[in-house]
Amino acid sequence: MAYCAIFVPHFLLQSVIRSEPSLQNQPLVLLDGPAPTFRVIAANEAARLLGITAGLTKAAATEFRGVQIRLRNREQEAAAHAALLDAAWSFSPRVENTAIGLATMDVAGLKNLFGSYEEIGLQIQSCCLELGLHVHAAVSENLETARIIACAHRGPTIISAGQEAQCLNPLPVDLLVPSEELAEVLRHWGITNCGALAALPVLSLSECVGQEGVRLHAIASGKGNRALILAEPTHAFEEFMEPDDAVEELEPLSFLLGRLLDQLCLRVTARALAVRTIHLKFELQTSFEEVFDVSREMVRVKQRAGTFHCSLTLPRPTQDAKLLLKLLRLRLQEKPPNAPVQKLWLRADTDRPRAVQGDLFLPAAPDPDKLELTLARIASAVGENNVGSAELLDSYRPDAFRMHKFCATGAVDSQKAMSVDGVESPQELRKAELGFRYFRPPLSAYVVFDEGRPVRVSWKGNTGKVVHSSGPWRLSGQWWEENSWQEDAWDVELSFAGKTLLSGTYQIVFDALQKKWLVRGSYD
Amino acid sequence: MSVSSLRLQVESALAGRVVAPFRFREATAPVAVPIGISALDELTGGLPRGCLTEICGPPCSGKTSILQSALVACTQASEACALVDAQDCFDPVGAQKSGLELSRLLWVRCQGIDQALCSVDLLLHAGGFGLVALDLGDIPARLTRQVQLSVWFRMRRAVEDTSTVLVVLAPETNAKSCASLVLRLEREVTAWSLPAQKTERRAAHTPGCLLDGSAHSAEMVRSFLRRKKPLSIDRAKNYKPSGTTRFQISSDKRIKEEGSRETETLQAAEVSAERI
Repeated sequence: MAYCAIFVPHFLLQSVIRSEPSLQNQPLVLLDGPAPTFRVIAANEAARLLGITAGLTKAAATEFRGVQIRLRNREQEAAAHAALLDAAWSFSPRVENTAIGLATMDVAGLKNLFGSYEEIGLQIQSCCLELGLHVHAAVSENLETARIIACAHRGPTIISAGQEAQCLNPLPVDLLVPSEELAEVLRHWGITNCGALAALPVLSLSECVGQEGVRLHAIASGKGNRALILAEPTHAFEEFMEPDDAVEELEPLSFLLGRLLDQLCLRVTARALAVRTIHLKFELQTSFEEVFDVSREMVRVKQRAGTFHCSLTLPRPTQDAKLLLKLLRLRLQEKPPNAPVQKLWLRADTDRPRAVQGDLFLPAAPDPDKLELTLARIASAVGENNVGSAELLDSYRPDAFRMHKFCATGAVDSQKAMSVDGVESPQELRKAELGFRYFRPPLSAYVVFDEGRPVRVSWKGNTGKVVHSSGPWRLSGQWWEENSWQEDAWDVELSFAGKTLLSGTYQIVFDALQKKWLVRGSYD
Repeated sequence: MSVSSLRLQVESALAGRVVAPFRFREATAPVAVPIGISALDELTGGLPRGCLTEICGPPCSGKTSILQSALVACTQASEACALVDAQDCFDPVGAQKSGLELSRLLWVRCQGIDQALCSVDLLLHAGGFGLVALDLGDIPARLTRQVQLSVWFRMRRAVEDTSTVLVVLAPETNAKSCASLVLRLEREVTAWSLPAQKTERRAAHTPGCLLDGSAHSAEMVRSFLRRKKPLSIDRAKNYKPSGTTRFQISSDKRIKEEGSRETETLQAAEVSAERI
């Protein structure tokens, strides 16, 4: 059995840098605490060189020129930790969520897949770096030893069996995470490193500090082991960002979305999954008047800050961040948020990526990803409800249909598909049906009757003489509902004097409810 | 400078980008898709893939029926098709009755010629469709004439070397030399099952009178068959390079069998009387 511990040093700072990579080489401090009295809780190397230490007030920290100051954000930290776990799951299904910024996994049997333990460690570091995290990695047969060594050395460090105690000896005893009381006792005894703790007699230690001391003694000796507590992999991925200033324009907003999508897709790809649905949520900046009711003597909160939601479901799961960004941009162009954006959440529901090979003998179908983008572009030009496939409704009402999303179906009959390129003989050709063209909306008309038959039809200033007519075809329906309909339809062949181009066969309809004549369309 | 040295200079300048720039590239004969109307298939050889086909004619000249028939042929062969409808006049109910698989048809309902042209451009560049139809239908000719020739060239280039059939329905031909096949249609006569009879009451049905269909004439104004190589399909040897033909399109309201014509007419009359 072998375990690999992955530790993220300066996790709080790294979670911020992961969201804003431009802060990587700048002095950065992180503040936390109750609202007006923020204190510095973490500072990077560059900030520490300037003299910033933990515990400084925000006012004091702002005195240092060029220092980037950020507030601690727990959602960002949760996303960074989830990315760490995703990196671990991309190597092994047996992963323990040990602590924030620390994951441990079982690497036994992975040598055949990834090479030696050292190579596994290097690959883990490289994978985490892609996800925006610099990590330490250590492999040992002892789980606790792997954890402590990962916290201490950049690695990848490989501890051979039996060498645990030797490697742990020089490390400070604080890495064993003793309770405050025990830490105080050890400090009084002058025990500063693991080697000194391991040299103490166990029985005496048990008498003095109890079972906790015995447990830490075993760990410091490289003998304390425990079972891995497996974490359940999740299929929902979430990323969060809070820009310094509210974003109003689509261009900078799509830049931020692109960054989030990149991170999200990297995580999804690392888990060998693909995005099926993406949910976008914005917290919008609202004006003071909108949020607070100042009309009365007491100022009170009228409503909470507004939010904007948008969801995008793909016909085929994808890992392409650029495609997702283009689709989201098109969606936002069509329905933009009505206020500047303060916070961004992006959540992806995932599925297994498509692993189907196309058939050589089937006609080419549009690429689902490209088609999705094309449909979104067309929808932004003509409207979302005006593009798709028609689906007929279960009704006798003429022209009863609804639009639904077009999906280029792949399952086709190969035999059927073979006959596409004119191999059919003319005898096999079916008879063509007369096509009909709808006038949407139907045109108002004036109809003259003689002896029960229409003899003259006029619309839009054109009057046609009825050459032949067939009807009335009386239809009605849904009389039990509000949207009932009743009509008499006539097929009429019209002849227009002087406008021979208009002459043809039309369908005219008498709407019995509205009491008016309409031209529904023409036979073409 | 001699011709040979000039040729050498051009070839060296284009080296790595164009293979043999002076070699004559013979046009390959396009593969055709049947329209589904035997008279038209014999005349034209079908709709050529990778080419622009124009079907023009006045209202009620049979354009929609031809397009519907071609869409039926393509969708039944499991191909994805797209219809860009500039006037939102497509009849999905009638199309499905004639055999069109609506789930394989992408229908773009536009409100004007600009939206339609933009949609066609996007669809052609997306690729993968067996047939893309642009139905400019009964849009006044003065508007379709305003479409610049460069737009048609762009469409032709987009569809070239692909397996997509691009069909444009318009009142008159606009694409000029960009179109590989141009059909001009005219309505000749509308067929009715029986002459209409006068009835005393307005609500009563005209007995036995049904819309049977219509007869149209088609003139092939331009044809891809004028190219040197014949079509790669079997019927190509029988095709005439140009000419006119007559074809009939039947209505779904027609009387099906010639022998039982009167019976069915009566039945139809009875059904309509029941409806009334």
